[in-house]
Amino acid sequence: MLSFSLNAHRGAFHLQVEGAFAADWTVVFGPSGAGKSTLLRLLAGLDNPRHASIVLDGRALTDSAARLCLPPGHRQTSLVSQQPALFPHLTALANVAYGLRSLDRAARARRLDEVLQLVGATGFAGRRPQELSGGQAQRVALARALVAQPRVLFADEPTGSLDTLTGEMVMDLLVGMAREEGTTVVLVTHDARVAAYAEREVMVRDGRVLNPASSQVEVAQ
Amino acid sequence: MDWQAFALSLRLAAVTTAILLAIAVPLAALIVLGRGRWLAAVEALATLPMVLPPTVLGFFLLVLLGPRTAFGRGIVALLGHPLAFSFDGLVVGSVIYSLPFAVQPLVAGFASVDTALVDAARLLGAGPVRLVSTILIPLARRSLLAAVVMSFLHTIGEFGVVLMLGGDIPGATRTLSIVLYDQVEGFNYAAAGHTALLLLGLSIFALALIYSRTRSHGVAPRDA
Repeated sequence: MLSFSLNAHRGAFHLQVEGAFAADWTVVFGPSGAGKSTLLRLLAGLDNPRHASIVLDGRALTDSAARLCLPPGHRQTSLVSQQPALFPHLTALANVAYGLRSLDRAARARRLDEVLQLVGATGFAGRRPQELSGGQAQRVALARALVAQPRVLFADEPTGSLDTLTGEMVMDLLVGMAREEGTTVVLVTHDARVAAYAEREVMVRDGRVLNPASSQVEVAQ
Repeated sequence: MDWQAFALSLRLAAVTTAILLAIAVPLAALIVLGRGRWLAAVEALATLPMVLPPTVLGFFLLVLLGPRTAFGRGIVALLGHPLAFSFDGLVVGSVIYSLPFAVQPLVAGFASVDTALVDAARLLGAGPVRLVSTILIPLARRSLLAAVVMSFLHTIGEFGVVLMLGGDIPGATRTLSIVLYDQVEGFNYAAAGHTALLLLGLSIFALALIYSRTRSHGVAPRDA
C-alpha cells in the first residue's frame, strides 16, 4: 500500500493531499490544473514537497520531519508520461537497459529479452526512438519503466498522444504487464475508456483529494 | 616565426582546456540541475571574467599569487617558487580568464536537453555523474565541442592576463600574443604580419570546425 500526506507549493499552485492507494489499479481523475500530474511527480520523487510523508509498504520514501527524500530511482516506483521521453541517442534496447545496471550480464540479458517480448518490441529493439511510431515508442517506454520491476507504476496520461486503437493496445499491454509483474498502477487520465481499466477512482480538484482511500469509489468495469 | 612561442601557446591552451573541461562540466551541470538561489551567484561568478578587463584580472592574480600575500607565500612554500612569472601561473590565470568560455556553452547545451529526459534518467536510477555522462554530454556534444574550441582559442589569443601575470620570458611565459606585441613594438611589421596571420588561421580553422559540426543542414520547415 502507498500512503501519503503532502503539502507542496509549485509557483502559485498549492497541493495539499492525504490518501492511500491500496488497489492494484487506481485512476486519478480531475479537471486540468487540479494537481494530478503534480501529485504523481511528488509521489515519484521528481519534486520535493515542503511537508510530506510518503510510505510504500511500510518503508518511508519521503519524510520531511526526518529530512528524508529518497531519489526517484531508489523508491521502487516508476513513471510513464504522455510523451515516451526515450533517450534519442540510444536504441530502444539501450533505453530499456538503462535502468538495469544492478544485474549481472546474463540476468540482464534474460530480463531484457523477457520485457521486450512482453511489449512486443523485439522486432525494433535495435532502432532509435526517431525511427519508431508513437505506439512503438510508448511500448518501449512501458518496458523501460517496468524492467526494474517497480512496486508502483505511475502513469500520467500514457495514451494521451496516441490514436484510439493504438491507445487501447498500449493500455492492454500495460494491464498485462502490470498483472504479470505484480505492479500497482496509479493512472492519471481524462479518458473515461482508459479510466475503466481501474479498480478504484480518486478525484483531485483544486490541489485536494476529494475522496481519499477510506471513501474511494468503485468504478464500473 | 617564433616557433618556441607557438609551441608554448599550444601547450598552454591544451593544458588550460583540459583543466577547464574538468571544472566546467560539473559546474555547468550544477548550474542547470541544481536548486537554490545561491546558484545564480555561482553562475554570475563564473561569468565575471568575461566582463572583467583582462589587465584587472591579471593584476589581482599577480598580487594574490605574489610573495606579498599569505596565499602567495603558501604557494612558494608548497612549490618552491612563486606562481607569478611562471608557466604554472599562466595556466592558473588562463583557467580563470577562460572559465566563462567553457561554462557558458555547456550551460546552454545542458539547459537545452529536454527535462523529461532528465526526469526519465533519474527515475531509472541515474545519479548526477551518470546523468551527466550518459545523457547530458551525449545530447549536448555540440556545446561540448564549442566549449573546447572556445576555451582553446581564447587561451591562444590571451594577452592582458599573460602580460600582467607572466611577463615576457622566452620558453616560459612568452606566448604568440606577446611575440606579436613585441614585434609591433619593434616595428617589425613583416614578422608581426606572419604571427597575426597564424593566429587568424587558427581562429578560422577552429570556428570552421565548430560551425561544420553544429550548423544544422538547411532550414527546417516550420509547423503551420
